[in-house]
Amino acid sequence: MNGATSISYDEVVAWINTFAATVRDQKEYLTALDSAIGDADHGINMDRGLQAAIVKLPGLPARDIGAALKSVGMTMVSTVGGASGPLYGTFFLQFGTATAGREEIGLDDVVRALDAAIAGIQRLGKAEAGDKTMLDTLLPARDALRDAAGSAASIDDALARTVEAAEQGMLATTPLVARKGRASYLGERSAGHQDPGATSSYLLLKAAADTWSGTARGGTAR
Amino acid sequence: MKKLINAPETAVDQELAGMVAAHGDLIRVIEPNVVVRVDAPRPGKVGVISGGGSGHEPMHGGYVGMGMLDAACPGAVFTSPVPDQMLAATTAVNGGAGVLHIVKNYTGDIMNFELAAEMARAEGIEVSSVVIADDVAVKDSLYTAGRRGVGGTVLAEKIVGAAAEAGADLATVTALCQKVQDNVRSMGMALTSCTVPAAGKPTFELGEDEMEIGIGIHGEPGRTRMKLATADEITEMLAVPVLDDLPFKQGDSVLAFVNGMGGTPLMELYIVFNKLSQILKGRGVAIGRSFVGNWITSLEMAGCSITLLRLDDELTRFWDAPVKTPALRWGI
Repeated sequence: MNGATSISYDEVVAWINTFAATVRDQKEYLTALDSAIGDADHGINMDRGLQAAIVKLPGLPARDIGAALKSVGMTMVSTVGGASGPLYGTFFLQFGTATAGREEIGLDDVVRALDAAIAGIQRLGKAEAGDKTMLDTLLPARDALRDAAGSAASIDDALARTVEAAEQGMLATTPLVARKGRASYLGERSAGHQDPGATSSYLLLKAAADTWSGTARGGTAR
Repeated sequence: MKKLINAPETAVDQELAGMVAAHGDLIRVIEPNVVVRVDAPRPGKVGVISGGGSGHEPMHGGYVGMGMLDAACPGAVFTSPVPDQMLAATTAVNGGAGVLHIVKNYTGDIMNFELAAEMARAEGIEVSSVVIADDVAVKDSLYTAGRRGVGGTVLAEKIVGAAAEAGADLATVTALCQKVQDNVRSMGMALTSCTVPAAGKPTFELGEDEMEIGIGIHGEPGRTRMKLATADEITEMLAVPVLDDLPFKQGDSVLAFVNGMGGTPLMELYIVFNKLSQILKGRGVAIGRSFVGNWITSLEMAGCSITLLRLDDELTRFWDAPVKTPALRWGI
C-alpha cells in the first residue's frame, strides 16, 4: 500500500483481526502479567471478547469504519467482563463514533478518534497518567501521533513514532505503584511489575502500525 | 492443574446447569447466564440482585431464593459479569417496586453494574445501587480503587433480602443495605493460592512455610507475605484490624462470621472462631449471632476471613428471618 494517503475500511478490519490474533498469541503472557498484580484473567478475557468481535465483522452490511468499530465495542462490552470489557468497549465505541459513515480515514481522523476513545476511557475509569493503567500507554502514544500528524509526517513515520511512545509508556508502568483497579490493592507491592492493561494497549497500537505500515501519507493532507 | 471439570470453557455453564438440576424448585437460569428465583418477578416486591465473578460459590447463585436474592449474575471465573446479564436480571425480577443492585467494590463490577443500571433506567425500571466495600486490608483513599467487597456482602444479601421479602420499599431496602455496609468490616488471609481453570496454574506461589495476609477473594496476592503462624496468632492478626477499624466498642453486639476460602476444613475454621470469641470477650464485645463456614470462597484457596457486623434489633431480626436458597436455609 505504499503511497496511499489514507487508511481503508479493509485496513481497519485488518487492524482488529491482527489485534485479535496478537492477543490470542500473547494470551498467556498477558494473563501472567495479570497474575502478578491482578487476578490472572486479562489475556483470557480479552481473547474471548476479540474472538467474538471478529466473527461479526465479515457479516456487516456496509463498508462503514465507524459501524465496524462500534460493533467491536458493543461485543467487547457484552463478552469480556471485568474492567477491560467496559474500558476496551468504550475505546472502540468512541473510536467508531468519531469515524461513523467513513469508508476511509486519514491520519487526522485517527488522531481525533483516538482522542475521543481516550476521553471515553478517562470518563469511565477516572484514571490519570501515572496510575499504572492502559492510559500510561495510550496518552503518550496519542501525543506522539498528534505531533507527528501536525508536522505532516507520513503515515508510516507517524505510526512508528506512536508505537515507540506506546512502548515507552508501557515499559514505564513497571516501577509505578498502581492507583486504579485491582492492582491498587497491592499498594507498594504493585511496583516492579508491568501493567497488563498498558501491555494490551501497546499490542493494540502495535497492531495498527503493523497493519497500516507501508501506507505512506502523500504530499497533500489526507 | 488438577480439577474436577470437563473443560475450562464449559465450567461455569455446567455448574449452572447442575444447580438447576439440583435446585430447580428454587431457581432457574435464563439467558445470558442469570440465576433467577423461580417465582420472580413477585408483583409489588422490591427485586434484589447481585453478581460477580464465578469461583466464590455459594455466592451469589447459591443465595437466590426466598428471603435473599431474586437474581444473581455469575461472570467468568473471577471476572465481573457483563451489563447484559444485570439488565436481564433486573428486568426478570422487576415486580414494579424497583430493583436494588448489591455491588462488590471492584473496578470491573462497578463499571458493568453502572452500565446495566443506566440501561434498566432507560427501560423505565427504578434501580438503586449499594456498593459493599468492607475489606480493611485495603487502604481506603481517593487514590486507590478503595476497599474490596468481601464477607460483608453475604450478610448484606441475607439481611436486605429479608427486608424486601417483608415488603419494604426500594428506599428502605437501599438504606438498610447501606446500614449493613456502614457497620461491617472484614479481613482475610491465605495459606495457598488457587488456580483459575482457564489459566491452568496457581495465581501466585506460596512457600510451604509462608502465608499471605490481607488477601481478597480472587487469588490475588495480599498486602504482606510472612512466615506461617499459629491459628491463634493469625486470628489476632485479622481480628484486631477489623475491630479497630469501625471501631467495635465495649458493649457492642456483633454477628461474628468466620469464613473459609474454599480449601480449609471446618475444623480449622472453628479453631479460628474459638480464638475470635476469646478476643471479643476480652474487648467486651458480645457475639449476638455467629456464622461459620465456606460462604464466600476463592476457588480451592486455603485460608479464612473474619467479618464482624455490629448488630442492632433491626439487623438481628432480618438476619433471623426465614430464608430458603440452595445454600442457606433456616426458619422455614
